[in-house]
Amino acid sequence: MKLLYFAWVKTKTGLSEEEVTPPEDVATVAELLTWLEGRGPEFADALSDREAIRVAVNQSFARPGDPVGPNDEVALFPPVTGG
Amino acid sequence: MIRVQEADFDVGAELAKLTDGNTAVGGLAVFVGLVRDMAGGSGISAMTLEHYPAMTEKMLAEIEAEAQARWPLEASLIIHRYGRLEPGDQIVLVAAASAHREAAFEACQFLMDWLKTKAPFWKLEETDQGAQWVDARSSDDAAAARWVKRDPDAAE
Repeated sequence: MKLLYFAWVKTKTGLSEEEVTPPEDVATVAELLTWLEGRGPEFADALSDREAIRVAVNQSFARPGDPVGPNDEVALFPPVTGG
Repeated sequence: MIRVQEADFDVGAELAKLTDGNTAVGGLAVFVGLVRDMAGGSGISAMTLEHYPAMTEKMLAEIEAEAQARWPLEASLIIHRYGRLEPGDQIVLVAAASAHREAAFEACQFLMDWLKTKAPFWKLEETDQGAQWVDARSSDDAAAARWVKRDPDAAE
């Protein structure tokens, strides 16, 4: 699974992208976020306010219960501020 | 048409191209967003717009297609810049052309409102207090929500 981080999620995790292999029981967006939080203090900090995290799966906005799989591109970022 | 680019754009030239040869157009509504020099009481010397290229293109195309589906548009255009910009610089151009003004005005506002909440751009402002990521505004969510169609069968 390819993970991408943007804006302050990138700043806090210190990563812009990485390849990960979550355990097989990580099947949804919410489960992925919970697994990521457990990877270290920088992830726990970046993801501590779930309301402030938006997730896109394969370049489309996703909800907590939406499925994620090994071949997906998953992006984590704050609410958008363009325009 | 949508374009995401680092370079500046020439509003006059873009609008001329958009309606060139199409005499069915009776009204063209345009919005140009510029970099302000103030935010929340802090002076801004510059800002950097970051984006998620693959998703930006996809979302802008979806937003434009939705406007085309809702209003009888002859032409539409979204240009959004990324990279480092300074106060007074142009950030975004949105234009909607139709036979009559009402569709053009409404579609132009819709495009901006939806872009503000759906296109994956983030602003990093350089202020006197250091660099700060801009927070999303609830007023932008409210502006976008005006355009959400109510499904009469949907449960509240």
